[in-house]
Amino acid sequence: MTLTELQLALPEILVLSAACVILLADLFISDQRRGLTHMLAVITLVFAAILSLRLMMPPGEVVYAFSDTFVRDRFGDILKVFSYLTLAAVFVYAKHYLRVFGLFKGEFYTLSLFALLGVMVLISASNMITLYLGLELLGLSTYALVALNRDSRLGSEAAMKYFILGSLASGLLLYGMSLLYGATGSLQLAEISASLTGGAGDSMLLTFGLVFVVIGVAFKLGAVPFHMWVPDVYHGAPLAITLFISSVPKLAGLALAIRLLDNGLGGLHGDWQGMLVVLAVLSLLLGNFAAIAQTNIKRMLAYSTISHMGFMLLGILAGTPEGYAAAMFYAIAYALMSAGAFAVIIMVSGPDREADQIDDFKGLARRNPWHAFLMMMVLFSLAGIPVFLGFFAKWQVIAAVIAAGFTWLAVLAVLTAVIGAFYYLRVVKVMYFDEPEIERPVTAPVDFRAVLTANGVAMLALGLFSGGLISLCLSAFVVS
Amino acid sequence: MFEWPLLSLLIWVPILAAALIAAIGGGSPKLVRPLALIAAIVSFLLALVLYAGFDSGSTAKQFEEQVVWIAAFSVYYHLGIDGLSLPLILLTTPISLLIIVASWHIKDRPHLYMASFLLLQGLMVGVFSSLDALLFYVFFEAMLVPMFLIIGIWGGPNRIYATVKLFLFTFFGSVFMLIALLWLYLQSGSFQILDFHQLPIALHAQILIFLAFLVAFGVKLPMWPIHTWLPDAHVEAPTGGSVVLAAIMLKIGGYGLVRFALPITPDAAAALDWLVIGLSLVAIAYIGFVALAQSDMKKLIAYSSIAHMGFVTLGLFLAFAITRNTDNIVGAGLGVTGAMVQMISHAFVSGAMFLIIGMLYDRVHSRDMASYGGVANTMPWLGMFAVLFFMANAGLPGTSGFVGEFMVIMAAFHANFWFAFVAASSLLLGAAYSLWLVRRVFYGEVANNAVAGLKDLSPREWFLMITLAVFVLAIGIWPYPLIEMMEVSVGHLVEHIMVSKLP
Repeated sequence: MTLTELQLALPEILVLSAACVILLADLFISDQRRGLTHMLAVITLVFAAILSLRLMMPPGEVVYAFSDTFVRDRFGDILKVFSYLTLAAVFVYAKHYLRVFGLFKGEFYTLSLFALLGVMVLISASNMITLYLGLELLGLSTYALVALNRDSRLGSEAAMKYFILGSLASGLLLYGMSLLYGATGSLQLAEISASLTGGAGDSMLLTFGLVFVVIGVAFKLGAVPFHMWVPDVYHGAPLAITLFISSVPKLAGLALAIRLLDNGLGGLHGDWQGMLVVLAVLSLLLGNFAAIAQTNIKRMLAYSTISHMGFMLLGILAGTPEGYAAAMFYAIAYALMSAGAFAVIIMVSGPDREADQIDDFKGLARRNPWHAFLMMMVLFSLAGIPVFLGFFAKWQVIAAVIAAGFTWLAVLAVLTAVIGAFYYLRVVKVMYFDEPEIERPVTAPVDFRAVLTANGVAMLALGLFSGGLISLCLSAFVVS
Repeated sequence: MFEWPLLSLLIWVPILAAALIAAIGGGSPKLVRPLALIAAIVSFLLALVLYAGFDSGSTAKQFEEQVVWIAAFSVYYHLGIDGLSLPLILLTTPISLLIIVASWHIKDRPHLYMASFLLLQGLMVGVFSSLDALLFYVFFEAMLVPMFLIIGIWGGPNRIYATVKLFLFTFFGSVFMLIALLWLYLQSGSFQILDFHQLPIALHAQILIFLAFLVAFGVKLPMWPIHTWLPDAHVEAPTGGSVVLAAIMLKIGGYGLVRFALPITPDAAAALDWLVIGLSLVAIAYIGFVALAQSDMKKLIAYSSIAHMGFVTLGLFLAFAITRNTDNIVGAGLGVTGAMVQMISHAFVSGAMFLIIGMLYDRVHSRDMASYGGVANTMPWLGMFAVLFFMANAGLPGTSGFVGEFMVIMAAFHANFWFAFVAASSLLLGAAYSLWLVRRVFYGEVANNAVAGLKDLSPREWFLMITLAVFVLAIGIWPYPLIEMMEVSVGHLVEHIMVSKLP
């Protein structure tokens, strides 16, 4: 372990030390001054972002460290920066919620930062052990976060469900990894890839391993038929935690899929492509149809997540650099859209209960025109209407899918998008066309509103000027 | 030639004005209407400058602007117009101006209302002037958002059903177009519409692409049998919404066929022209009868719009049959020109009819013909204008309604006698339902106290009616400037679609 290797992992080291410092410091911070913990956490993210941006790898350059278990490349660096950004927004949104609901504890920040560390390790993994380590760090922190409100029966039940199903998925993934190790004799993703192109290995064993790995990835992404935990966890977890689960871990899910399926098992592209087609089609259909039937907005967005993950899988299954870039754009766009949507739900929530029913949004356009407008942009973006960000995500994925020769899949995907538009429109309808039932003003602290405004306007701005983000995502995979 | 980016101004002045109005409108409602009016007038003047600078003798795209938008996919912000798009842009700005004047009395959130219409206006000009397919698609789809709000917020009792139906129908149609455009991009490596025009495509692919375009633009137009959203949308929409829908948004369907379906997939269009002609004739004859059966005035005009749009599709697709039969390329151009004139004329006529219904509705709060009778006794001036516009709708010579229909029927004779026979039935049916409405609503004895208490046109309403009447009569009596504007472009288009693009 040399100093240069440590330098490569500087952002991880920073987040780890900060998480430990916050864990300790929080013990000495009284409840009234808890805002200090929040500040420390946000400052950590800011510094991590500065570090990652300064150390950003140029396109095409890959550096390994720590006996080749840790990789730094442009793909990982970009994803990390967006992870900090999203988490910072999540922190600001969550602070308001946690205060209102009396859950403002330091644990939220330490657990979230450890989850972030898990995401970062996962993103930078070049070895299956590192990958698993990151995944578990993320998973265990998230299970605990779901149970943050320990008096909530719904929350405890969701945490239990999440823990059991998550552990099962980890087990399957680990089993798949062990089979792959048996077939190729290595845990290094690069070596596995090399031995696959060399034609080595027992194809039966490889296929078995691949199936388990794909199932593990599908579980983590929440793709049908491994989606059962998603609606219950989204519904049961406190809003601030749902907000977290629906944003940052999606970036990790993308990294998991790309690292394993492309970096490691790229040679088996023909085998996993078919599996992903099935997962994507089922997710698109079930996610969109089931979302129509929901009256609870958290559950509706949970099913919508399932369909969006299906869309993201379409980009991955294309198996081309453009497809991966499209999937990456999709994941980033989704994290931003989802954070915005949950933020508005937090804002509408009262001190007595979460505004988790679609009817709670009745007449929002009269109660708070500006934030209803932001929510409308987020919803149209989720529905994939131009000129919002979500359209450009869908458009690139569809282009990649058609280029890979799956025109029928593209047709199916856009048709499910039309179905999806229906339930997003329903929320717009409730906000704009219905009269408010309660007059209580919808307010939030200034920092909350500022971040939400930036987040909502980004839907439009990143859509109008999508060229930059598209080039950025492409630069992670294509050396021009 | 002007050095200003005129097309960009025409798109962005109303959109930025819309943003400004929406932003300040909540705080200072007094400023909303004057600001909207100023924005609309400025756009109208800009459109006149555009007209003055346009060279109708050239087939090249004019007023071109090209900036890279998404470099990785070679998408450009590429604008430019020819003789097919100019008339529609010239149409959009005065109609928007009239809508803003007509909606002066809106009480509920006027700033959002005005902003929605200005936004819509900018987007529609964007649709007509895009030369990049993705840019076109973005404008085309983005139009749904303000339209969704206009019907949903200010519409009638059943507005939610109507607006969701409109949104989903259009969205459903256009996603196929998105796939077709992406396929074309992957084949040609460019999103430029003009590159698509030159791209050789095999017949089976052409047919699929053609069908995708047909669904996308057929929903918008609307063509029978994918028209069912239109009567609902028209009935529930506020007057301004109905006017913009009938006057401009339907034309986007026709424009799309002219700009995409015909020149990109001419062989498929030639192979499937029987389908479109058949659907058009059904729309003209069958929907004419449906219109006859309506008691709701707005529904009647909505069905009449579908029948009139049948003339547009008929005129556009006659070209292939004509050249097959007679090798007469002038006759082919006649159909396309007729279709374009029909689009412009229908915009003024249907807009005027919806405004008249709106004026009656504002006073009596009913759209049912049975609630009226003898309106001409208490509102003689409105009665006069109503007769003029409904006669124009029936295709009376001397009004704009006659010119387009006559040209299309002439072209139909070149193609097939029976096409012309069925198409001409619209003159009968159109007269029947138009005059029937006029008789039941305007003529006869004063039917009830509500009608007896009616007050005739206010100065604002006078302005609306006079303006539209001038357009309708001017095009009817002297259509030459309009036809001259598009003659060269139509000829260019017809020549282009007669050349096979099979590889």
